[in-house]
Amino acid sequence: MGLVREFTKGLWDEIPPFRLVLGLCPTLAVTKTLKDGLGMGLAVIFVLLCSNVLISILRNIIPPKVRIACYIVVIATFVVIVELVMQAFTYELYQDLGIFIPLIVVNCIVLGRAEAFASKNGVLASAADGLGIGVGFTLSLTVLGSIREALGCGTLSLKIPFTDISHVYNLFGPSFKPFAFMVSAPGAFICLGMLLCLMNIIGNLKKS
Amino acid sequence: MREILKMFIVLGIICGVAGALLAGVYTGTMDKIEYQELKFVKGPVIMEVLQGCTNNPVDDRFKLKYGEEEVKFFPGVFNGKCTKMAFETKGSGFGGDIGVIVAVNISEDTISGMGITTHKETPGVGSRAKDSVPFKNSFAGLSINDDIKIKADGGTVDAVSGATVTSKGVCAGVNTGSTIYKELKDQIISKAKEIK
Repeated sequence: MGLVREFTKGLWDEIPPFRLVLGLCPTLAVTKTLKDGLGMGLAVIFVLLCSNVLISILRNIIPPKVRIACYIVVIATFVVIVELVMQAFTYELYQDLGIFIPLIVVNCIVLGRAEAFASKNGVLASAADGLGIGVGFTLSLTVLGSIREALGCGTLSLKIPFTDISHVYNLFGPSFKPFAFMVSAPGAFICLGMLLCLMNIIGNLKKS
Repeated sequence: MREILKMFIVLGIICGVAGALLAGVYTGTMDKIEYQELKFVKGPVIMEVLQGCTNNPVDDRFKLKYGEEEVKFFPGVFNGKCTKMAFETKGSGFGGDIGVIVAVNISEDTISGMGITTHKETPGVGSRAKDSVPFKNSFAGLSINDDIKIKADGGTVDAVSGATVTSKGVCAGVNTGSTIYKELKDQIISKAKEIK
């Protein structure tokens, strides 16, 4: 498996949270809008990439018996960095994501990649893996956030972190009655299920 | 034995490096975070009590020592002169401390406005004090020498109905504000002259 393969597997074959059904808590909670989904995804990319690289570098030094403790310290450090930087530069996003930023520490995807991949593979492969899974997670959250926001509020809000670029697109005009169920947590489950169903259909079509 | 020692050392070093790194990032972002909190949490309330000012009160802020604590002052410039000064005090409400922004008219020694920043009051009951315009307006124009009380206690402020404890807490916060202002008045006025 080449580096490209390690990267692209996170975009379809092992895309979280659809294929790798991990990290559902933030997925359901923060994908109310496009911009929150995107912001959360970017935070996870940073943590996943950095923790995967560092754990891969340290994989021969860390004693197996205390490996989980070491991983948690490494991951928590990067999460706190993200939290502080987000507070300092994109405070509005920080207010929207709130408790879900510190909770990245216990996000199963990050610890899962550390334990399942980075602790057994080289630095470059781990970086590709972390980046791939992270980008996949961001894509999922962005798509999920877009669908939920479009149906639930009739808008799409885009804000690129660290810049002033910010747009709210009104999709359906004033006569639109919002499908408020989509912005509630059960709506997220159903939307997730529908998308997974769609992915399976596409997968089956490919095979046959 | 060697294995246990190695576990201690490796985990210790990782924690140490992580701690040092975080201390660095924390120090580096501290000022910026403080500014963002002022801008997004207290800023809107400060702008509300200093409505119509021509400067940016958050950018022009200064600190003064009040006893052991440092109080941040947000000056408001009107018609080219700094005539109002907003600062945050605390009063204890039903669910904990209520953050109260008091604006004082420094040329008349009166309270010109009041706003609430953070609180832990009951949603829908005490929390209404934050948005009640009549309640907030009833503080405007009171002298800083008055002991501000709600009507039930023989004062002039109309309490928010059903939220007597919260209203009392806010009054206490404003009174603390008067005390702080009186104590630091000379310093505040000399600072205010520098601001345009």
